[in-house]
Amino acid sequence: MISFSNEIKNPYTELDKSIGGRFADNPATNACKLCAPLGASLVFKGIENCVPLIHGSQGCATYIRRYLISHFREPMDIASSSFAESSTIFGGAENFNAGIDNIISQYTPDVVGVCTSCLSETIGEDPGMLLGEYRSSRKDRELPAFINVATPSYSGNHMDGFNATVKAAVRCLCENGGGASCEMLNIFPGLVSPADMRYLKEILDDFGIDYMMLPDYSESLDSPTWDEYHKLPPGGTPRKRITQAASARASLQFGRVLGGNSRDSIGAGEWLEKQFKIKCLKPGMPIGIKESDIFFKTLETLSGKPMPEKYKNERGRLIDSYIDGHKYLFGKRAIIFGEEDFVVGMTALLSEIGVHPVVCGSGGESPHFADAINAVAGDAIKNFPEPPIIVNGADFESLLELALETRPDFLIGNSKGYYISRQMNLPLIRCGFPVHDRIGAQRLLHLGYRGAQQLFDAITNAVLEYNQDNSPMGYKYM
Amino acid sequence: MNDILKDRALQIATRTGNEEVNIDCSKASLAGSVSQRACVFCGSRVVLFPIVDALHLIHGPVGCAVYTWDIRGTVSSGPELHRQSFSTDLREKHVIFGGEKKLYTTLTSLIDKHNPKAAFVYSTCIVGVIGDDVEAICRKVEKEKHIPVIPVNSAGFKGSKKDGYKAACDALAQLIGTSDEPAPEFSINILGDFNLAGELWLLEEYYRKMGVNILARITGDGRIDDIRKAHKAQLNVVQCAGSMIHLAKDMEEKYGIPFKRVSYFGVEDMSQALYEVAEFFGSSHMMEKTRELVSEELSKLLPVLEKYRERLEGKKAVIYVGGAFKAVSLIKALRLLGIQTVVVGSQTGKKEDYEIMGRLCDPGTILVDDSNPLELAKFARETGADIFIGGVKERPIAFKMGLGFCDHNHERKEALAGYVGMENFARELYASVLSPVWQFAGMKEKAL
Repeated sequence: MISFSNEIKNPYTELDKSIGGRFADNPATNACKLCAPLGASLVFKGIENCVPLIHGSQGCATYIRRYLISHFREPMDIASSSFAESSTIFGGAENFNAGIDNIISQYTPDVVGVCTSCLSETIGEDPGMLLGEYRSSRKDRELPAFINVATPSYSGNHMDGFNATVKAAVRCLCENGGGASCEMLNIFPGLVSPADMRYLKEILDDFGIDYMMLPDYSESLDSPTWDEYHKLPPGGTPRKRITQAASARASLQFGRVLGGNSRDSIGAGEWLEKQFKIKCLKPGMPIGIKESDIFFKTLETLSGKPMPEKYKNERGRLIDSYIDGHKYLFGKRAIIFGEEDFVVGMTALLSEIGVHPVVCGSGGESPHFADAINAVAGDAIKNFPEPPIIVNGADFESLLELALETRPDFLIGNSKGYYISRQMNLPLIRCGFPVHDRIGAQRLLHLGYRGAQQLFDAITNAVLEYNQDNSPMGYKYM
Repeated sequence: MNDILKDRALQIATRTGNEEVNIDCSKASLAGSVSQRACVFCGSRVVLFPIVDALHLIHGPVGCAVYTWDIRGTVSSGPELHRQSFSTDLREKHVIFGGEKKLYTTLTSLIDKHNPKAAFVYSTCIVGVIGDDVEAICRKVEKEKHIPVIPVNSAGFKGSKKDGYKAACDALAQLIGTSDEPAPEFSINILGDFNLAGELWLLEEYYRKMGVNILARITGDGRIDDIRKAHKAQLNVVQCAGSMIHLAKDMEEKYGIPFKRVSYFGVEDMSQALYEVAEFFGSSHMMEKTRELVSEELSKLLPVLEKYRERLEGKKAVIYVGGAFKAVSLIKALRLLGIQTVVVGSQTGKKEDYEIMGRLCDPGTILVDDSNPLELAKFARETGADIFIGGVKERPIAFKMGLGFCDHNHERKEALAGYVGMENFARELYASVLSPVWQFAGMKEKAL
């Protein structure tokens, strides 16, 4: 992996909330992060025939369902063990067992994914133990597979929950590895859109690579209209494929921040490497040409085949459009916000089209965030009038404050930044997660050359539209 | 594979003949049933949310705050502090060592920054478990900052959404009676309208024309100072009775203010609400004004509705909403449009509510309490429904099954209350059911 992190010695102003930076004492206002069980649920929805169970109060499941429905606009069945006061005092085992029984009798799932909540963690519930007891008391029947993961929100956000659950799925389902005994490649794409997942699968197919992508909600959370009713939407990573994860030839795990090897952010790929010596490749999220090049190079190496013509053309057209649009973008200033690896990817893209990322903010608190931004901004930094302000543990109020100071030309990130764009009359380019105020969040493409093309067009057109709307004459040609 | 869980069987009934339907409701959601309900915290949060000049601080880890950030389409005529999401964002160390200090510093710095008229501090699940004395912190800050600081006892697991309504009412009760400013004659409080899409302003206009003065709006477009003097009103007019009945009863007991349960949805219920208020004040002038108002509104509305009715007549509807009183109004409103209700249910209905619904519905109608997606889909399929009236979580179920949908919940952007609301409601049903897109979609079994 190419990394610039040691070459440029932190030229950035880091305002790290988690380690006592400028915003450390600001009360959390309009958080730029979600809770861990949401990330867990999203992963479970990307496993075939899997029902998520949140062990805690009813509200956790309902809020998360509502939040995800507003983004994906798809059915979102997530069960709860529906804690009552007595469960909090005497333990939630009874509700846990009843919950699983009821899920099985309604859905006959292949997998039940159990994650904890703040409440069940605080009272010391151990779902691993609860599952053991459940299994041994129901030996008389065939049971689905179980995945269990600890996701208290007081020790991590939705991305931590997401990554922990991908890892837990592999840990709970994979059979003892034969160490690269099968041709399959594990691919862990992280929190990307269904359209991104479909595109990744198309690319892997075109390279002729056999793969297991986890999670894969490309169909389950973006399904065509139904002509018959499905209790669980079709699609998702098949359980059987996950069982082979420890025999894969290698793992491909997206994310420079996730791949940063900190104590608590080790991903599924790294876990498999540690446990079973499955080689883990860790490119950044392939957003923009440079990051996508790294990804495609990796695939060329893995498959032994050159990049198919189709993608060479996509890349070529993308560069052609970069040239067509470069004048409208050079020197523009942008604020990027969202999940860490998403922000890093966006920084990579903006840095290669002449846009100056003035603020890179995330609600996450990884110590690798600044290094990763560093690495992808690379040489472009020399052209920036001042280094980007990198904010760990950001909330939208601190982003608003920074926006008022830095006066960007546009914002890029999820739709929760809309109130800042409205207040400052700036374009917001909606992408990532969540997009609650527009249709088509599932179809937003971010990854690879095709994703970069969509993003580039959206960014350039947002700037053009803004200029046109604010011009005194309203011209007809650019 | 069962569509209906054994332990839920008594929460479902089909109206057969003339006998009363009997639903075993008001109980905790069954574990593993994907209930559409939220929790105690949610109940409190949605009720208090529209108080626009208060600080709403959620004490707990970040999730509960972030999922309720600007969650209702409730509109303000002034301050918009309620649209911010404040959280103490508790971390592991707070879970171990307690969150009181974090609560104190967060609360005081937010009050300094935003100068609210009052602050509500919502407890989430873990607050009670880790033993924070929220009440004591609130008292302390109240003394220091000289504004009411009110703890809301809303730990998620302590019951259902309905218990959250009660916790919100208890919090409001602490405010009411703390200001003795006198009220003009013919003053009422509006309870249980949340000013979604400006609905409360429509009602206010009707009441103004009748000569009625609105003292406190509880809570849509609500103001702390108005709520503090709400005990000076002569009458409480309560919509969304499920959420506000505790407060109405409490005020009746403490201050002798009578209350009326009303609904502003549909022509009949809307008119009845206004007549009941006029009747209460016993002023013939007011009654005359009310008649004028109602007949003027109806003369505009009815011809429009007739046009929609021509196209909607004979359609079948599923209603699944939070509160049962709304469901009752919807059955009537749909009937006015020639639409038959074939399934009706609510998250928090009481036994009496279901009896009323049962009496209103035709034989064969399915009634359900605290339902889940599988049941709702099954009922909609079996009854051959054409349209679904629900909230965000019901929408994808309806759409995947090829049913039209009307959002009658927090996210709605069009007023559905009042006479204007009835027209909007009809138009929305019409626009969804008769959209040409359905020619490409829908279940095979429905086509049979």
